[in-house]
Amino acid sequence: MHLLRRPADLACQQVVELVTEYLEDTLSRADRTRFEFHLRHCPNCTAYLDQMRATIVATGTLRAEDVAPDMLAELTELFRGWRSEEELPDQP
Amino acid sequence: MSPTMAPARVVTGALPTAVLGPTLRSVDSDPDLLARVRAGDEAAFVTLVDRYHGSMLRVARNYVPSQAVAEEAVQDTWMGVVRGLDRFEGRSSFKTWLFRILINRARTAGEGEPRSQPLGDVEPAVDASRFTASGAWAEPLEAWVTNADDRLVADTWTDALRTALDRLPPRQREVVVLHDVEGLPSEDVCSLLGVSEGNQRVLLHRGRSRLRSLLESELSERGR
Repeated sequence: MHLLRRPADLACQQVVELVTEYLEDTLSRADRTRFEFHLRHCPNCTAYLDQMRATIVATGTLRAEDVAPDMLAELTELFRGWRSEEELPDQP
Repeated sequence: MSPTMAPARVVTGALPTAVLGPTLRSVDSDPDLLARVRAGDEAAFVTLVDRYHGSMLRVARNYVPSQAVAEEAVQDTWMGVVRGLDRFEGRSSFKTWLFRILINRARTAGEGEPRSQPLGDVEPAVDASRFTASGAWAEPLEAWVTNADDRLVADTWTDALRTALDRLPPRQREVVVLHDVEGLPSEDVCSLLGVSEGNQRVLLHRGRSRLRSLLESELSERGR
C-alpha cells in the first residue's frame, strides 16, 4: 500500500503518535485531514484508534476505593470539633 | 480500500457494564453541599468525604511513599478545606480547588515531587518493531473483544487497567489520573501541576499509549 502513498500521506507509525492530539482536537486542520484520510484507508489504524478510545473510556470508569469506616468516623469527629470551635448551631 | 489489505476487526462492542458501574453516590451538587457544610451540616460533610476521599487517596499516592502518609495528607486536606471554605470563591470547580490543596500537602509530605523530572527521551506510542521499514503495521492489529454480559471480562479489564496504571511513570500517571480518571479539564491539570499545555499533552499521550500497550499484553495473556 505504501507504494501508492503520496508524499503528504501519513505512515501508520506517524498516525499512532497523533492520536492524542486528534482526540483532544489540537491538530491543525491540514493534519486532521491527513489523519482522517489515512484512517479511511487503514483498518489497522482504525482498530488502533478504537483501542485507544476504549482505553480512555475504561480509565474514566475506574472506581476509587470507598472511604474506610474508621477514617470516616475520625474525619466526622474532626468536623464536630471544628463546628464547636466555630460555635455554629447544632443541626436538627 | 485496497483489496490486498488484511482487514482488521473493528471493536464495536460496548465496554462491559460492570466496568461502567455507578459512580454517582449522591445527587446533591458540590455547591449545594458546600453551602450546607458552611452552615455546619455534618451529613453534607460526610457526603463530600464519601464522594472524593477515594479519589484523593489515589492522587495523593502519586507523591508519597506509603498509603499511611497518603491518608495523613488527605485527612489534613479535609481539615484545611473545612477551615478554609470561606476562601473558596468558585473560580475553579470545588474538585480542582480540593486537589490543589491536596497536591500541595502531599508534595510537602512526600518531599520528592515528580515536577522537577525532565520529560525524557522520545518514547514511541507503539514499539518500532511493530512496523515495517516504511512505517506500516507489520501484522494486523488484534481487536479487543469485549462482552457486555461477561462479568469475567469486566473484571479482567478493570484488573488489567489498575495494574497498568500502577506501572506508569509518575509524571504520566499524575496527568492520566487527573485528566482521564478524575475527568479534570486540561487547563486545570496544567495549572495544578504547573506544566504547559504542550507538555501536559505529551505526558497524556505517552501515558495513554503505554496504558493501551500494557492492556494489550495483559488482555492477550489473560485471554489465553
